[in-house]
Amino acid sequence: MANVRDVTDSTFKKEVVDSTVPVLVDFWAPWCGPCRMVSPLVEELAGEFDGKASFVKLNTDDNPTTATSYGIRSIPTLIIFKAGQPVGQIIGFRPKAELKKHIEGAIA
Amino acid sequence: MEMECDVVIIGGGPAGLAAGLYAARARRCAVLLEKSVTGGQIALTAMIENYPGFLEGVNGYDLAEAMLKQAEKYGLKAMYVSAHSVERAEDRFLVKTSEGELRTKTVIAAGGAAYKKLGVAGEERLTGRGVSFCATCDAAFFRDQEVLVVGGGDAAIDESLFLARYAAKIHVVHRRDRLRATPVLQERAFAEPKIDFMWNTVVVEVLGDDVVTGARLRNLLSGEESEMAVAGVFIFIGQEPSMDYLKGLVAMDDTGHVIVNEWMETDVRGLFAAGDVRRNAARQVVSSAGDGATAAIRADQYMSEKFGAWTPPS
Repeated sequence: MANVRDVTDSTFKKEVVDSTVPVLVDFWAPWCGPCRMVSPLVEELAGEFDGKASFVKLNTDDNPTTATSYGIRSIPTLIIFKAGQPVGQIIGFRPKAELKKHIEGAIA
Repeated sequence: MEMECDVVIIGGGPAGLAAGLYAARARRCAVLLEKSVTGGQIALTAMIENYPGFLEGVNGYDLAEAMLKQAEKYGLKAMYVSAHSVERAEDRFLVKTSEGELRTKTVIAAGGAAYKKLGVAGEERLTGRGVSFCATCDAAFFRDQEVLVVGGGDAAIDESLFLARYAAKIHVVHRRDRLRATPVLQERAFAEPKIDFMWNTVVVEVLGDDVVTGARLRNLLSGEESEMAVAGVFIFIGQEPSMDYLKGLVAMDDTGHVIVNEWMETDVRGLFAAGDVRRNAARQVVSSAGDGATAAIRADQYMSEKFGAWTPPS
């Protein structure tokens, strides 16, 4: 299982926007039950997409600026960035197979 | 996926989890199917204050996770798939899921309820983008903003009170001229300066391109329409049973709830219903868990009667 690093308001530009590979960002918060079900799936997928995309997570309680600037109004939300731009968004809990398909489509 | 077992439980909320615990402890092969999040509706509840034994209340997801682990300890197998249909297959049932079929001696339908939608323009498109069915999930994204809450029952008022921790102003829009919520919640809401009420009013459209920017309202007495600028529209107008997979198989009342007797037995032998899917459910965590336990106990008895006494798995 690959490690999904934390990004913050201050590291978001470097880690996500400026990344040369696609990045999936898991917007989550500790109080969010469904987030606690999505996060393990994101960790598993991080391993499966190793080398093709990087996977990071952002705590929306501690980093409200980034969450607000991407219009997050509900979590869990996953956003896939390619060349600094959001190219896919998944709101709410989805089964792993569905997440995988969506990510494959977005980074293709 | 193809497998055979004794009890298939559809739904991973309190009813299904309790049924799973009792079935597994009866040493039955028990499989629980959940299409989304463990706990169902309670996974989205920040604090449950009326489940006995928790003096300070308990977080809904924590409670659900504990119930699942407890049942798994005794052998319950949980799978995250949707149930598409249940069919009779001689003296067994065939449960078709998004990932294959299960053959089983009994089925406990505990699929719970889904939030009712308003059915107005903009609602579907803006869900997760300012339209929400869960204040405890999404309230933090509306810090210092104005929001609208639709409904007048316990959920609407409870969630309005939660929203008051974050939002600048909460406008409760209700189609009647008084609330239906429990008096203790009403008292708290009337005492909260951030909450105001718009009686005899309905939402006719949710406005916004990428995110919610407002709502169009209609006063039911005057017929007058108006627009209100809000960042969020929270909808709590009740629930409907999640029963699509049982349509045509089992007797339901005219609201789509399954008719059961005091043992949670439906009119189909071997098929049980528990929790919010059944008629006259109290719709509480504790009563749903009770339903699940009752259904599993009766299912165990039924299998012993029909298929012979339980024997240890070989």
